[in-house]
Amino acid sequence: MTEKIKIAPQDGSFSDVERIKTESNYLRGTLAESMVEPISSGINDDDNRLMKFHGSYLQDDRDVRAERAKKKLEPAYQFMVRVRTPGGVATPKQWLVMDEMGDKYGNGSLKLTTRQAFQVHGILKWNVKKYMQEINDVLLDCIAACGDVNRNVMCNANPFISNLHKEAYDISAKISEHLLPKTRAYHELWLDGEKVEATPDREMEPIYGELYLPRKFKIGMAIPPLNDVDVYSQDIGLIAIIENNELVGFNVLAGGGMGMAHGDDTTYPQLGRFVGYVAKDKVVDVCEKLLTIQRDNGNRVERKNARFKYTVDRLGIDAVKQELFDRLGYELEQLREFNFEHSGDRYGWVQGEDKKWHFTLFIQSGRVKDFDGYPLKTGLREIAKIHTGEFRMTGNQNLVIANVSAQKKKKIEALIAEYNLTAGEHYSALRRSSIACVSFPTCGLAMAEAERYLPSLIEKLETVVDEAGIRDKEIIIRMSGCPNGCSRAALGEIGFIGKGPGKYNLYLGAAHDGSRLNKMYKENIGEEEILAELTPILQRYAKERNEGEHFGDYVIRAGFIAATTDGTNFHKELQNV
Amino acid sequence: MKLQVNNSPFSEEQVTLLNDLLPKLTSAQKTWLNGYLAATSASDVIIEEVIDNNAPTAVQAAPQKTRTVTVLFASQTGNAQNLAQKLTFELQAQNIEAEVLSMAKFKPNNLKKVEDVLIVASTNGEGEPPDNAIGFHEFLHSKRAPKLDHVRYAVLALGDTSYEFYCKTGHDFDSRLKELGAEQLLPIVECDVDYEEPAAKWFTDVQNILAQATASAETAQATAAPTAGGTEYTRNKPFAAEVLEKINLNMTGSNKHTVHLELSLEGSGITYEPGDSLGIVPKNNEQLVDALIAALGFNANKLVTDKQVTLRDALINDLEITVLSKPLLQKIAEFTTHNDFQNIVNQTSIKDFVYGRDVLDVVEAYGPFSWNEEQFANLLRKIPGRLYSISSSQAAVDEEVHVTIGRVGYEAYGRERFGVASTHIADSIEIGDTVNVYVHKNPNFKLPAEDQPAIFIGPGTGIAPFRSFLQEREETGATGESWLFFGEQHFVTDFLYQTELQAWLANGTLTNLNVAFSRDTDQKIYVQHRMQEEAAELYEWIKRGAYIYVCGDEKHMAKDVERTLIDIVAAQGNKSAEDAAAFVKQLQQDGRYLRDVY
Repeated sequence: MTEKIKIAPQDGSFSDVERIKTESNYLRGTLAESMVEPISSGINDDDNRLMKFHGSYLQDDRDVRAERAKKKLEPAYQFMVRVRTPGGVATPKQWLVMDEMGDKYGNGSLKLTTRQAFQVHGILKWNVKKYMQEINDVLLDCIAACGDVNRNVMCNANPFISNLHKEAYDISAKISEHLLPKTRAYHELWLDGEKVEATPDREMEPIYGELYLPRKFKIGMAIPPLNDVDVYSQDIGLIAIIENNELVGFNVLAGGGMGMAHGDDTTYPQLGRFVGYVAKDKVVDVCEKLLTIQRDNGNRVERKNARFKYTVDRLGIDAVKQELFDRLGYELEQLREFNFEHSGDRYGWVQGEDKKWHFTLFIQSGRVKDFDGYPLKTGLREIAKIHTGEFRMTGNQNLVIANVSAQKKKKIEALIAEYNLTAGEHYSALRRSSIACVSFPTCGLAMAEAERYLPSLIEKLETVVDEAGIRDKEIIIRMSGCPNGCSRAALGEIGFIGKGPGKYNLYLGAAHDGSRLNKMYKENIGEEEILAELTPILQRYAKERNEGEHFGDYVIRAGFIAATTDGTNFHKELQNV
Repeated sequence: MKLQVNNSPFSEEQVTLLNDLLPKLTSAQKTWLNGYLAATSASDVIIEEVIDNNAPTAVQAAPQKTRTVTVLFASQTGNAQNLAQKLTFELQAQNIEAEVLSMAKFKPNNLKKVEDVLIVASTNGEGEPPDNAIGFHEFLHSKRAPKLDHVRYAVLALGDTSYEFYCKTGHDFDSRLKELGAEQLLPIVECDVDYEEPAAKWFTDVQNILAQATASAETAQATAAPTAGGTEYTRNKPFAAEVLEKINLNMTGSNKHTVHLELSLEGSGITYEPGDSLGIVPKNNEQLVDALIAALGFNANKLVTDKQVTLRDALINDLEITVLSKPLLQKIAEFTTHNDFQNIVNQTSIKDFVYGRDVLDVVEAYGPFSWNEEQFANLLRKIPGRLYSISSSQAAVDEEVHVTIGRVGYEAYGRERFGVASTHIADSIEIGDTVNVYVHKNPNFKLPAEDQPAIFIGPGTGIAPFRSFLQEREETGATGESWLFFGEQHFVTDFLYQTELQAWLANGTLTNLNVAFSRDTDQKIYVQHRMQEEAAELYEWIKRGAYIYVCGDEKHMAKDVERTLIDIVAAQGNKSAEDAAAFVKQLQQDGRYLRDVY
């Protein structure tokens, strides 16, 4: 048995969340009792912190919060459950169960997240366990889908490169499994697993220790030329290097992250810094060691400065490289060449190298439900019933019906037609390049609408791009209801971050391929001003753009906004604000 | 304790008077005086009057010994009790020796000693005696009941003509006493919901008969009795209370609609205690009234009663049109020759017919009728006040009263039917409007001593009095433990007063809270199931002297709860089913198992 993981003291006392973790007996806390307590559908704050490690946390329907208070009812507490699907891959059988459980226990819809996972909202406390058990029957779980641990590992969903995708997916799943917490708490609490006495630290959590990480930790893998996972936004970004049509290894990025707090310049979005190249057989080890560097050095006093990006900025990338070398016992190689073209998805049918067919379906804001006149959820259910390949959720909240044989393609095409499912052809390129987080009514952090508002804002902007003749120009547009970054709005060529009801900060100037952050252009503006500000810029872009020039690059060249060359100057050189 | 100047707040003269008076008071007089002083303590003037005027009368030499009067009441909601107490006071004021007792408190052995017995008895839903009369009723009808040749009696029966077994308990006592050889002083008098007038007449008749027998009727011009508790507002003279707040406690998606109503009592001087009810004088639905007038082919503006109100106004404000009773059907039958209708009226039970039907149904189906507006209006009884358990404590809300009203609405015979008061309040009353109300005392549903444990079982709107109890216990810092069983259909939409209950649980006002939401699970879970789950602790509370209160639905819930209670006592106390049932009955007799069911 190896020695217990000890975290060195830091200036200032550890945040309260660290105490909760320490006292939790490896993430158990008093969850067993809280989840059956019958007088409230909520749970106490400490347990809710722990609940995140189990892939779920407490929310309430904010639309009815005031009404319920008046009626002497507690908030409409409900749990969001995030299901871990490494690389965003789900079998048709799993899809059917997710579909059914969304109706049975959730609010009747599914959200495909920006990290290629399923999210279900509206699950009552007493149903969480049943939910976990039923998805477990098809080998799905929620372990570490949230919490201060490594999250769902993202992987490119590129349908062209079938053989490469398979290998990349396998590696991302391997990383995901390797970095899973080892505590038996999940099995005990939700699957009625045998009760295990918490055993000594090292055995229980050989990678994490009892304090786990200072903050959440995200890993994503991209296969050039597609950067659909926004590889620069990850705590660890892995860029697949393909040589002679073979995956040989990865360029490794460290310390990206999106979240920040309004009015606090010590917090900022940041992009990953290059660490070096590693052959594919060593990539799991590299990920583990980078993670342990963050475990031992991350800020446990201030949670808002606890992400790996701040650790890397504080230590300096060279020191991080040195530390990594010390822990690995070898150095990473020189970076290899790669080239990203964009970060969006390609819609419709494509045939992969292995002759299998793949259909990429545009899903507005990742919301799968039956809309009026658009039975998306039913259509996908019918497809899942006959589909023998797999479903892939993309980092852009879209869905790939992957690995379809030529024979099955006809049947699936018929269903696509029957249910009027759309690849997104008739939408503007702007809409197809949009991402919105959930925000209201369920997200407790939301300051302004996102998913429920962005579609109507885009509708208004579509009139502008139509008139300007740039309907088919892909401009990445993203909206988050708060500055925590779930929609990766800081990487939007047009980004919106909620400030208050109906009010947003407007950001411009991110790179189309996800390699440059944007910068605030206008603070705290409503729809009228948003349209007034964006209309002339889009019109000028239509006229003045160079061949192949993306909107995010144009606004910098035209002098609307300064380029953010590093996260540390995200808040600097602001103009017109 | 003998009063002295130095151990009481009284002067020398007062002490002398009191020491002279107090030992001579009967226990009933003491009880009455106690309540009287408590209720009027705000006014020094009245206390002086008691000392100066009433006291000397009471101190007078005892009247010539004649027969003593025992007034017994069988009361569920408190009407019979209030009447019995009032009658007793009036008799005492005439120097007739009278004692008032709940039937539960009356020892059957004393039947041999009593002389004149006056009974005021109400009847429960299906013709059963009220809880506090079950034992006495049973004894009297058993073989052990003694011969009562020495007894004279009279019965005042309270009931509601909309029930099949109208005034049955009163009749039971009347015929049984006769069987046992007692002499009937005057024929039984039945009172419908609007009982005040016939009861007053019975009072006078009884007093006259007794006075004839009492030679010394010198104080016959009875001093006006101060009404107990200062409740001068009644069904016939209600207080117009302003609506301060009105909330539908259920969320969208619920099958229920429960109105939390907060009313101002400001300036009325109305006081109430936890456990009391609020009478609300309802109004009939205007559309229903218009439909009825149209079906009758009547002139809505025809003046119909002595008061010279229009038919329409009378039907909206004064007369009952939503409930059918046998007497009403019999009266209607005189105006129609429709064969079917005669057959219906002549059935032994009209229960099935009247369920879900109202006057409009009869008018539409069984014409033609030979009546005119005036005759029609005279057939209908005055619309009774609707009683709702008060859900607030004045210790907490001062000059306000809160009620919790479930809106009754269902469809029958192709038309939507409404609960008269509940629908009017739920649909038509707004904040700022007034509602005509009066307080209805319910002395049989009161909190125990502040240090006694209490178990409250109140699903649905049955929670109302317990909110009042808990407010009271919180405000007064009562040390007794409280345990609430609450149930409804859905946790998310129907958890009445959830945040208040959570707060009481957190601050210790509530010791335990068990909830049952019947439609959230595959198998319906009700409060009695939760009681069963807590059987051991419940029994332990009962052994420690806990009082048990049940409020809400009578037909199903209250019966299921009682059955469960008996089961728990049997299982936990190792008793036979019979012994357990007897144990629970004894709790009821002892006033430790109290029900406010409807």
